[in-house]
Amino acid sequence: MTAWFTRHMQTLVGALGRLSNQKLATLLTMLVIGIALALPACLHLFITNAQMASGDWNRAVDISVFLKRGVAEAEARQLVERMRQRRDVGAVEFIAADAALKQFRHTSGFGAAIDALTDNPLPHALIVHPKAEFATADHLQELAADVQAWPSVDVVQLDTAWVNRLHAILDAIRRTVLLAAGLLGFGVMAVVGNTIRLDIQNRRAEIEVTKLVGGSDAFVRRPFLYSGFWYGVGGGIIAWLLTAIAVGVLREPVNRIAGLYGSSFQINGLDWRATLTLIGSAVVLGWLGSYITATRYLRQVEPS
Amino acid sequence: MIRCERVFKRYPNGREALSDLSLDVASGEIAFLTGHSGAGKSSLLKLIALIERPSRGQLVVNGLNVAGVSRSKVPAFRRQIGIVFQDHKLLHDRTIYDNVALPLIIAGTSGKEIGKRVRAALDQVGLLGRELSLPLELSTGEQQRVGIARAVVSKPAILIADEPTGNLDPELSVEVMNIFRRFNEVGVTVLVASHDTYLLERFPVRRIRLEGGRIVGGAEAAPKLLDPGKLVGIDAQSTP
Repeated sequence: MTAWFTRHMQTLVGALGRLSNQKLATLLTMLVIGIALALPACLHLFITNAQMASGDWNRAVDISVFLKRGVAEAEARQLVERMRQRRDVGAVEFIAADAALKQFRHTSGFGAAIDALTDNPLPHALIVHPKAEFATADHLQELAADVQAWPSVDVVQLDTAWVNRLHAILDAIRRTVLLAAGLLGFGVMAVVGNTIRLDIQNRRAEIEVTKLVGGSDAFVRRPFLYSGFWYGVGGGIIAWLLTAIAVGVLREPVNRIAGLYGSSFQINGLDWRATLTLIGSAVVLGWLGSYITATRYLRQVEPS
Repeated sequence: MIRCERVFKRYPNGREALSDLSLDVASGEIAFLTGHSGAGKSSLLKLIALIERPSRGQLVVNGLNVAGVSRSKVPAFRRQIGIVFQDHKLLHDRTIYDNVALPLIIAGTSGKEIGKRVRAALDQVGLLGRELSLPLELSTGEQQRVGIARAVVSKPAILIADEPTGNLDPELSVEVMNIFRRFNEVGVTVLVASHDTYLLERFPVRRIRLEGGRIVGGAEAAPKLLDPGKLVGIDAQSTP
């Protein structure tokens, strides 16, 4: 068991040594893997950040409730009280029809026209601020539907449509990212596979000798699998670095944009879990690419 | 130890390298395989090492019928045979020590045991102290001895050599042959393919002469070698 472990460790280190003998070629292969994986990683970051940012805005969503015309102000004030009782409502602003008309006359510039009106065409209105923890799109819909069912309520205006649209778009992008990640994953396997295939061609003599003195297919394959492993490790680290650079470059302008919108939103890099996933999948792809190629091509290398 | 019964070998291009070849090499025997180039010496050695398979006939090596050795069992089969090549087939980017240790590493021998046996094998071929040299730093004769050390390091029951002295001057050839003789003395079955007349004259051992893929002399083991004790030995070693 210890001999077995020692052998594997030696092969692992040996494979690294062999790769470091051809620094430029190794670096180029790792760079290709890194770029291929940095792309989906960056798109993933774009989605998670966009979701977080839109989550912030979601909380800022209010519900405007317009009562039917003819509802008396006293009744309207009762409704305000009833609204405040709800556990999902944080605050309620009441805008009486007269106050609304006065403000409209003041700001719209239609003063004379409004004076010509015999009665107030505006209804009483309520602006409902939901509590932050209930500010999900689903719950806001539910709250709006509840309020809509009240007999004195005319129109409930919920401005979550754009949030829903954004989420739908993000969903579509997420699938695109998955698709791209899948394709690029195949690309990584192809790159590693091709590199390993060339490596097998270059080391043909060595493989033949090893088979002649009794080396099994698994034995001659092992160093190539470890090469694939190292390509994955290197490629994964490069992908992580590229992603970190992209986040670093975008941090300042994104902060500025967020500041302009009065938001304290901060762009987020890859957390440790995403980092592990990135490097882990790079390693798995590198290993798998070399496994498939080495298994296939090493069978063809037979002493003659 | 090596038994051929009516073995034919025909290559895909139609060339018949061996035809109707029957041969018996006893355990512990040493024999020359002679003949002109193209007579079938290399083909026979390739069949014994399972580099090629017979087209027809039976070949039994160390008690195993090669027809029953599946592809996945070939490596284990080869580990019981030591092979010496004319062109040494050393790995030039590895030290002498690593070259000789290769069969032991493949077999999964422990590190301590490897060191002991590699040094013992190098000692037997007179190269102790050269462990850290690279093959190209050695002379051709020394490289050939490294090849021999690698072939015997895992103590195989059979040692086969294909023109092992082809590139060596007469003096070195005799030296290499003497190394084979010493292994034979401790019980290893040795089969050496050679057309080196000088060497054949110096070593009066059994000669199996091939011509056009057929045996024209020495098919039967020399009577003095067929002592009953060694024949029993064949059966006793039939399961490796």
